[in-house]
Amino acid sequence: MRKLKEKIHPDTADKPTAKIANLRSSPHESAVRQVSGSARYVDDIPEPANLKHAAVGISAVASGIIKHINLDAVWASPGVIDVITSKDVPGHIDIGPVFKGDPVLADGEIKFHGQPIFAVLGHNVEVAKIAATLAIIEIEETPAILSVAVAKAAQSFVRPSQKMSQGDAAQGLKNAQHTAKGTLSIGGQEHLYIEGQVSMAIPEEEDRMFIYSSSQHPSEVQKLVAEVLNIKLNKVVVDMRRMGGGFGGKETQAAQWACIAALFAARKDCAVKLRLPRRQDMIVTGKRHPFENSFEVGFDDSGKISAAKIEVNGNCGHSPDLSDAIVDRAMFHVDNTYFLEHCHIDGHRLKTHQVSHTAYRGFGGPQGMIMAEAMIDKVARAIGKDPLSVRKLNLYGEHNGLTTPYGMQIEHDFSAAIIETLEKSSDYWSRRAAITTFNKNSPIIKKGLALTPVKFGISFTAKHLNQAGALVHVYTDGSIQANHGGTEMGQGLHTKVGQIVANEFGVSLNEVEITSTRTDKVPNTSPTAASSGTDLNGKAVQNACIIIKQRLAEFYAQLVGLRDQQVTFSNSAVHCGEHQLSWESLIHQAYYARVSLSASGFYKTPKLDYNRETGKGRPFFYFAYGAAATEVSVDTLTGEHKVDRVDILHDVGKSLNRGIDIGQIEGAFIQGMGWLTTEDLVWDEAGRLISNNLATYKIPAIGDTPAIFNVNLFDRPNEEDSIYHSKAVGEPPFMLAISVWCAMKDALSSLTNYTLDPQLETPATPERVMNAIASLEAQQ
Amino acid sequence: MIQFLLNDQKVSIENERADLTLLNYLRENRRLTGTKEGCASGDCGACTVVIAQPTLVPFDAAEAQGIACLQEAVGFQKASGLQETNVARTTESQIAEVSADKSAALSYKAINSCVTFLSALHGKQVITVEHLRQNNTLHPVQQAMVTANATQCGFCTPGFVMSIFALYQQQEAVNRAGVITALSGNLCRCTGYKPIIEATLAVCREQKPSQDTAQSKRIIAQLNEIRDNDAGFTSATMNMSKNGQHINKENDQQNNNSDAPASDNLYLPKTRQQLAACIQHFPKAMLVAGSTDLALLHTQELQPLEKLISLSYMSTLQEISVNNNTLSIGAACTLSDMEPALLKHFPSLHEIIERFASIPIRNQATLGGNIAGASPIGDMAPVLISLHASVVVDNGINTRTLPLRGFFTGYRTTQLAKNEWIHSINIPLLSANQHLVAYKISKRFEDDISAVCMALNLTVENGKVTQLSTGFGGVAATPAFCEKLETSLVGTSWHHKSCVDIGQNILASAFTPLSDVRASAQYRNKMMVNLWHRFWLETNAQDNVIATRVIQHA
Repeated sequence: MRKLKEKIHPDTADKPTAKIANLRSSPHESAVRQVSGSARYVDDIPEPANLKHAAVGISAVASGIIKHINLDAVWASPGVIDVITSKDVPGHIDIGPVFKGDPVLADGEIKFHGQPIFAVLGHNVEVAKIAATLAIIEIEETPAILSVAVAKAAQSFVRPSQKMSQGDAAQGLKNAQHTAKGTLSIGGQEHLYIEGQVSMAIPEEEDRMFIYSSSQHPSEVQKLVAEVLNIKLNKVVVDMRRMGGGFGGKETQAAQWACIAALFAARKDCAVKLRLPRRQDMIVTGKRHPFENSFEVGFDDSGKISAAKIEVNGNCGHSPDLSDAIVDRAMFHVDNTYFLEHCHIDGHRLKTHQVSHTAYRGFGGPQGMIMAEAMIDKVARAIGKDPLSVRKLNLYGEHNGLTTPYGMQIEHDFSAAIIETLEKSSDYWSRRAAITTFNKNSPIIKKGLALTPVKFGISFTAKHLNQAGALVHVYTDGSIQANHGGTEMGQGLHTKVGQIVANEFGVSLNEVEITSTRTDKVPNTSPTAASSGTDLNGKAVQNACIIIKQRLAEFYAQLVGLRDQQVTFSNSAVHCGEHQLSWESLIHQAYYARVSLSASGFYKTPKLDYNRETGKGRPFFYFAYGAAATEVSVDTLTGEHKVDRVDILHDVGKSLNRGIDIGQIEGAFIQGMGWLTTEDLVWDEAGRLISNNLATYKIPAIGDTPAIFNVNLFDRPNEEDSIYHSKAVGEPPFMLAISVWCAMKDALSSLTNYTLDPQLETPATPERVMNAIASLEAQQ
Repeated sequence: MIQFLLNDQKVSIENERADLTLLNYLRENRRLTGTKEGCASGDCGACTVVIAQPTLVPFDAAEAQGIACLQEAVGFQKASGLQETNVARTTESQIAEVSADKSAALSYKAINSCVTFLSALHGKQVITVEHLRQNNTLHPVQQAMVTANATQCGFCTPGFVMSIFALYQQQEAVNRAGVITALSGNLCRCTGYKPIIEATLAVCREQKPSQDTAQSKRIIAQLNEIRDNDAGFTSATMNMSKNGQHINKENDQQNNNSDAPASDNLYLPKTRQQLAACIQHFPKAMLVAGSTDLALLHTQELQPLEKLISLSYMSTLQEISVNNNTLSIGAACTLSDMEPALLKHFPSLHEIIERFASIPIRNQATLGGNIAGASPIGDMAPVLISLHASVVVDNGINTRTLPLRGFFTGYRTTQLAKNEWIHSINIPLLSANQHLVAYKISKRFEDDISAVCMALNLTVENGKVTQLSTGFGGVAATPAFCEKLETSLVGTSWHHKSCVDIGQNILASAFTPLSDVRASAQYRNKMMVNLWHRFWLETNAQDNVIATRVIQHA
């Protein structure tokens, strides 16, 4: 028999020394490797011998029918090994994630400017990229739909429209003392993960395929690779250790490159890597949906809203992708924290000849929620009240109402408490007075202040996705490997899951290794999305730990002659009555006693019940809350602005890791600020994306970080039974950045002595700020 | 052959393509994958590495005047805490070095490896992220990033670590503004930067061990050894270029350059005669200095750059001097190198320099490259036009001096003849009554390209305008000026509000800019009008200060 690994320490049962890493701030599990340059991303993995490189050739028109593809020059280009079009796909050509409409390579029809038409395999990256520019493609152009307005007029939709309502909005608006209307054009957003899309496919025996992919959804990559290759799912393994950023951009958008790499790998029986150059990455992958929204709101003299009619129009691009759920989520959040007694919400999914827009942090929520704040600002200016007062007046609560437009009851509402706390800690009212005085004396620079709340629903609105699996192994030296369906994209999921494992077994975090996400370890996983990574996978891992602990407890109780209910695991030891034994010894002995030290775990979110047909039910397990108070200065000569100060109070339930949670909040806020200010997607008249590199598309730089940036956690446990009563944190704080937009409007409103609400489209670039000023001047 | 130190290992490059970037060399040839590719265009900083070299020693005695200029610069105090101290330290050690032969100081500069060709590295040390960690001990910079929770996805992290390392090595006090300047070329999409700022401040405030002089001396000795061998190196290269066989290869279309020897596709002249000969013999070869723009032809447009003539070793193109009330800046001076002298004489250019790309780009990009590139929005050209600067061009035999006004003949074209290069740029110094400003409007403050750039150089004597010079970027096919505006105000009382109206009326229709990804034509016109208003307010606001800027240097 083999010897077990020699114990490094003697039995430490009497004096356990290891620190227990449970609910405290451990640094990111990969931090040391990240700062050392040794954390491996897909492009850093040692390359297999005989690795070849793929590149894609893309369309130069937005809409048309492919008449002829001449690839002679591509084939003749030096270093070219293989060239494929959709005709060379042995299995499914369509890799649409939920609905059809996304061919892996253009299948006769051109749907957007930049659509991949063919792919080249070359001996190195450069020859493949050069060859990919050489095809002669005859396309019979057809008229392209390039805006929401044109798409709407043409009734061009990717999916049927949806409605939600409560009360009688039409009657409510009629009965209201005042009504106001508004529109808002909301820009999209490029994910700009710093690591671009990349996959490496390694053919294994016969028709089996191993894939490394920078993907938030390895199971979907597995499925789609199997489908394009026309093999069973069990022949494909996808491995994902970490992404260099995802933000939703690698939920569905990662699969295509894995599929193309796999197609070549299968054809040529060699390893194939496909990494998109940045500009192409920006052209060929979907973005946050641009929206064109409108509202009509009814209210009384006090600013109390009684009725609202809201329409959200998502520019979905050429295919459904995830747009059904994304526009749903926009609809779910147009109320934000406000009770809308009589309301009607229409959601349209417009089909345009653009790249298919996709998941992005918030998933439509931001584009819906901003409408709630737009309405509040409109009402506040109309009645001459401070917008914060109007916000507070309209919050969900016993006095107003607790039913959302989709019929879900608000149960554990933190918004009023958070606003009240932040209002004080940020010194809102005295700063308001100071700003009013400042603006009176400052003809050019105007300051603005806004405090806006967030209420974000947590759960996938597609109920079946709210499940997760995990696999936990304890090895004979007491060290633990845990694997789960979630992917690490920087959000600290593996750190939190590691803490959960360490906490369950009562051991040091050093004992726990979270391994790469693999489809052969935990199958049929959901994407790491909807902020649900820790909620779902943390619970699944906990479940596996509990199963193993139960076996160990039974074993140890029997050993000491007591009952297993009395067994506890803490301080790197097992305890039962007066007995205790070190964790290592326990595992050692359990192994010899033939106790299974491995288990899979599972979790499904309870209480979910939403009927999409009726637009009623409970789509969310719970809500995460937060609020931000932001002060800005705006230069009315140029439209430039500066965010002077930000105060945030955010609800993460009982925090699993303060450092990570605060990092998510700060990062989400800045990313949201970029969405609303500098990040300007521009398409030309031909439908070509012209903000297609980092010189023309500007995400926030370090100087955009507000000098005063106070972030605090609203420390209250989740009332629902989430993992250790924590709350999801990935997406909700993104929408705190709406306070930047409201503060900029507040500054501009001062030009009219706060009587008019500026029409400030987003992103609020200096030029759009100047347009807003011009429209105020026109109204006065 | 090019020789440099890669971390602490001496490497000799032969048989490589001229357009091989340092990033690809590190990742593909050396498997040093800690350095990441984010954009391959110098815009994200994921590929940042640090270049160390002995603080500059003038190549020959002819630069004695350069020393005088440096001595002047030591006395100069600049607004930014970081840069100020850095300037003083560098120049002092430069002077010390000149007088005391070889010093033990290395200067550390962050650069973007994705837009750097190997030709720029000869005789320098390239430090990558893998070099910082000593066995299992993180470098203090790395440890600070871990402690501050300053990593999330980690992909930008090595680049940040290297930029912070370069700052840390400066051994000087750093404030928040200094951190932001130093990290302006590194994008992070996850953290929102706050913990990175905190980590940088924390580590730069630590009591630092003084530079390991033994190690520095060893590195310097190794670098000097490489440089001392230069004599053979350069002439060998030149001999090659005079070799008929190689010249014939120039015309051989089938010649696959991917495996051509370095001596066949890369020339590193040191003198103007050598440079002239290179240009004459290899008319297709491109001149390269900072490569921050040229490299994009290769990395973004996929054009092979088969033959390059590097200007990096032309010491005569790197001189900075002041003579006859004129500041002369060598064409191959990097923007970072010229910054102290430029800002000494033109302090109001602080903001435009601060916003001129990022630190890593400014550490590489040259003033001559900026002018020769003839971009209609290159921010230095409008400024220099407003200053009535001139360009000294050379062909190895004769030099001629051309006013910058008129130098640009069309979109990305200049008066430069095929056999000429820019030697230097001459900038007349300001008189006491001159007010110079340079305004830049862009979507983002840092590292963005101007929608509109406007430089105004106004002389007021006894309250009356005696001279106005202008320069504009982003409003025409070339950097431009507005003669009508320049002449219309002479003689008027500057305090008078009519100056605003006259200027605004002229500027409203002076140019017909394009609408593009950065701004619409209307906005650009509006900005010229409004920036004129700003200028008038700022130059008249002495008794009644009116805030006119939200974006200015911290």
